[in-house]
Formats: sequence, C-alpha cells, structure tokens
Amino acid sequence: MIGAFVEAWAEFRVHRARVLLSLVGVAIAVAALSGVVGVGALATQAQTEQLERGGGRPATLVLSPPYNAQTGEQADPAVLAAAFDQIVERYAITYAGAVSWSDARIQYADGTDGVTLTVVSPAYGPMHRIQLSEGSWFTVRDEQRLSPALVVSDAVWQRLGAPGLATNPTVTVYGAQPTTAVIVGVLPPDPYGPNYQAYILSSGYAAIAQPSQTAALPMYEFWVPLDLADALMERIRAEVGSALGDGWIVDVQRQDYLAWGTSDPLEPIRIVLLAIAGLILFLGALSLVNIALVTVRQRVREIGIRRAFGATAPRVFLAVMLESVVATVIAGVIGVVLAVIVVQSEWVRAAIAPGLQDSVPFPAEAALIGLVAAVAVGALAGLLPALVAVRVKVIDAIRY
Amino acid sequence: MTLLSLQAVTRSVVLPDGGRLEILRGVDLDVEAGDHLSIVGRSGSGKSTLLNLLGLLDTPTSGRIAFDGKPLERLAGSRRDRTRGRDVGFVFQQFNLLPGRTALENAMTPLLYARGRQFWRRERIATDMLERVGLGDRLHSTPDRLSGGEQQRVAIARALVRGPRLILADEPTGALDVDTGTAVMALLDEVAHASGAALITITHDPGIAAMARRRYRLDAGVLSAAVTA
Repeated sequence: MIGAFVEAWAEFRVHRARVLLSLVGVAIAVAALSGVVGVGALATQAQTEQLERGGGRPATLVLSPPYNAQTGEQADPAVLAAAFDQIVERYAITYAGAVSWSDARIQYADGTDGVTLTVVSPAYGPMHRIQLSEGSWFTVRDEQRLSPALVVSDAVWQRLGAPGLATNPTVTVYGAQPTTAVIVGVLPPDPYGPNYQAYILSSGYAAIAQPSQTAALPMYEFWVPLDLADALMERIRAEVGSALGDGWIVDVQRQDYLAWGTSDPLEPIRIVLLAIAGLILFLGALSLVNIALVTVRQRVREIGIRRAFGATAPRVFLAVMLESVVATVIAGVIGVVLAVIVVQSEWVRAAIAPGLQDSVPFPAEAALIGLVAAVAVGALAGLLPALVAVRVKVIDAIRY
Repeated sequence: MTLLSLQAVTRSVVLPDGGRLEILRGVDLDVEAGDHLSIVGRSGSGKSTLLNLLGLLDTPTSGRIAFDGKPLERLAGSRRDRTRGRDVGFVFQQFNLLPGRTALENAMTPLLYARGRQFWRRERIATDMLERVGLGDRLHSTPDRLSGGEQQRVAIARALVRGPRLILADEPTGALDVDTGTAVMALLDEVAHASGAALITITHDPGIAAMARRRYRLDAGVLSAAVTA
C-alpha cells in the first residue's frame, strides 16, 4: 500500500503539468461545491437573522391580548401587566416585554409628518436582533429619562438633518401633547425605500399617548429556551387565565420561524444549490475521466514495463486509482481554499449577507463535503483507467 | 540446480481466419543458475514469444515450464507477477526507460514492488547499482539527457537492483553502435556473472551471441544448439 502511494505520488510529480491542467475543472467544481455550501451557510444565517428580526429568536412566545369569550371585552391592562411581571419573575425569563404599535407626528424643519411607533421594552432589541447604524439600543436607564428616548429609522434621521447622536439631538413628538424626545439610535437605511418609523419605550410612550391609545392592550413576548417552549406556553396560558378568572380566552403561541413547520424553511434553497454544485462536480469528473482515459492509453508501454518488473494487476489498479485520487485530493484542497477565500471575502459577505450580526466562520461541513467529493471524483475517475491498465498485455504494451 | 526448464513447449495462436499458427514447436531448454546462453534467430522466428515464456509473461499452448522447480501452472496471477519481479530482470532493445524519470528513479522502479528492506532502502540500492554500471555521476539525469549506451546501462542497473536469478536481455545492443554494444554486453555479462544470475541473451547479432557460453539457434519455432565455428 505504501509502495502504491509512493508510486502514485511519483507519477503525480512527473506528470504534474498534465495532471494540474486536467484538475482545473475539478478544483473549480470543488470550489463551487464548497463555495455553494459556504455561501448557503451565509445566506441561511442572513435569512435566519432576518426571520428573527420579524418573529423573534427561537423560541419566542407571544401572549395575544386576552378577551372575554362572552362579552368580547378586553382584559384589564393592570391585571395583565401584573400577571406578566409574575410570570417573568417566577420563570426567570431574562428577555420579555410588551409590544404594541401606534402613531404620532414628528416636527421637522419643514413641518410635521406622521411616524409609526413601535412601543417596546429594552429586551425587544436583542430578542429581534435590532441593528443600528448609529447610536445604541435602549437600556434600562432609558426608562428613567424625563424626555422619552427614541430609536428612529434612517428616513426620519435624514429628514431631521442627520444630527450627530453625540450631541443628544432632540425632536418634538406630537401625541396627547407635544413632547421633546431624545434620539439615541438610528436604524440602517431601509432597502425598500424611506420608511418613517421609530421605536419608543412603553414608559416614554405613556407621556405622549392619547387616552384611547393607552387603553389598547399590548402583546407580550417571551424569549425562552427551545426545549422549554411547549411547557412554558402551557404555564403562561394557565397563569394568565388564573389571574383573569373564568371566561377569558388566553392565546399563547410561538411566533419564531422554527415554529412555522416541522421542516427547515431554508431547506429547498439549500437542496437546489447543492444540486447545482453536484452537477458542476459531475461535469468536472466527466472531463477528468476523459483525460485520464486518454492518458492511460498513452501510458500503456509504461504500465507494461512496470508489470514486467513485478507490478501485480491489483497493484497497477491501485496505483492508477491512487494517482487519480492523490491528484483530485490536491485539487480538492485547492478548491476548498479558493472557496474559503471567496466566501470569507468582504465583498461576497456584503453581497450575500449584508448586515450580518453573528460572525459565521466558513462551515467545516463545506470543507469536508468538498474534500469528500474530491476523493469520490478521484476514485470514480480513476476506476475506468485503472480497469484499462489492468487489462494491458505486458509484452504488447512494451512494444506499443 | 535447474533454474528454468522448458519441456516440449509449443506456442500457437489462432488466426482471424480460424487457422492456427505454430510459433514455437517442441522447445526443450534447461537453464542453470549462473548460466549464460544466447538465442539467435531471424525476425519472425519466434524469439519474442520464447522471451515471453522465459520471462513468465505468457503460458505455453502445450508442454511444461518450471521455474525453480515449480511448474508454471502453480504460479498463477499475482504470484507469478511477484516471482517475476523478484527473480527475473529484463533488459529491452529500446531500453524502455520511463520518460521524465531520472536514472535513479528508473533504477528504483522494480524496488517499488519489493518488500521490507529492499523497498525502504531502494534509493541506496539503486544508487549503488548505478555506480556499479558507471553512472554514479548521472543519477539525476533523465533519459533524454543520456546517450544510448548510458540508457542501456540504466536499464541494466534496473534489471539487476532486485538481485534477480535470471536476466533476460532482448536484443540488448540492437539500438547501439558496435563498440558501445560490445561494451554494454561485456558489462551485462560481468555484472550477471558477479551476481550469480543466469543470463539469456536473445539477439540476431552473431558477435553478441558468441559472448555466451552456450549458444542456441531458433529457426521457424524450433530451438537447436548452434553450430560453432
């Protein structure tokens, strides 16, 4: 076996120009395969983060505003808030908070204009992966401010003249009464056009809300461990139901993307990408088989000489096969390195997964898949030439 | 002790028209260890076919071949390949060096199929053998940078690195000029003699054949002792 490896390596060295040329296709195919898997991981992460921005991170439970089954009336906000506080404390849930939506008007230099307000708690930011281009997300200390803190969209910020956040810029918000709010953070530009929106903490919102708006019940969100999600869902439902009494419909559901179905929603994309990469690899392998077959016919004399000097048929088979595998493994390594360089490049990352929060290393499985594919292609491409080599008649070959 | 024995060996092939062509007819030959014999014959006389049989590369149509007392039929497949690698060394007319490999790599080739010490010390063994045939300063030259005589000396070194008991030389001087051919043949004879290997030279050159102690003639597939002048 060692001898066969030595022989294969020597063959590779002697024929390196031809072998390397024939391996360009394989290296590119492996790079494509690993790259697709690597880019797939990036895209998956980007899509996951996008999904988590909308529905929260797995597992996010949502308590919808309870209502009375008979009368249809809403639950008492104070009772519901007390029940929420109790649940958060009892089950030591770190990230939880109320969420509601409202609107107000903001004073710009050229007049007032409407803005959509999302009323949240400081926990909402990490739960929904809120990204900021300027400033920072709310902290618990922002709840103590006399002037409500705001995180505004880029469109709002630009219309305000993009004031530096270090100067603690203020803006007048018109709700129940004109209120001066402080901008502490700015969202990244919206890729789909100007979007006039802002986040405000519930404590700050109380100062500007109309009486009719304060009466509206918020939703409550809880970010809980995945394995406890089902049990906690039941517990929250039971505890809120118990706090409100009989006759109330209490709905607690999961809203994170993993709860949408049993299968991974990104699976179809991954399968399509892998199929494309597989096809590329197959074409690379075909060209390799073609070149290997032509080459082995040119090497009939050499194989005959080796047989004359004691190379057994299995040994010739193994040597030709290994020669192909050694070569494709080298091509595979080159392909994987290429894929890593491409996938890790800032340009590709910015194009595939702009604004990625979590760093995604090049996936080990992408490198592994690339190398395994290279070995498999080498073995498959080596099989036919190896069979041809074994059938060589020694003396005929020497006189070839 | 008889190293190689052929008894009433025939070899024939079936022609495309269904007929049968007799290439060798009733060949009897015993080769002793350390023997040096030559076989002379014209083109088409069956020399190459006989060489295949002597080198354990082919099997006879009828008759018996025994190597080291073992009938050829008991040496099947890989076992015969291994016996050939260990006990038979070939020197070909066209040298048949592996292109692109240095003299050292060519001489090491048979040792790749050896086991144990011979495999692990292949570079040392091949170097020693090349020095012995006077190519110590051309170890790293590729065949295209060697003269015909030098290439044949590499081929001789390659044939001898595993210490074969039988050396088969097929027209070893056919591609060389007279002087170089005589020198190469003298070297082959000397090295074979020193190692105790039997040497069979197949040639059409009476001068080369005359260097052997026993001389045979192959004519129309019939092997007979040559009449010496």
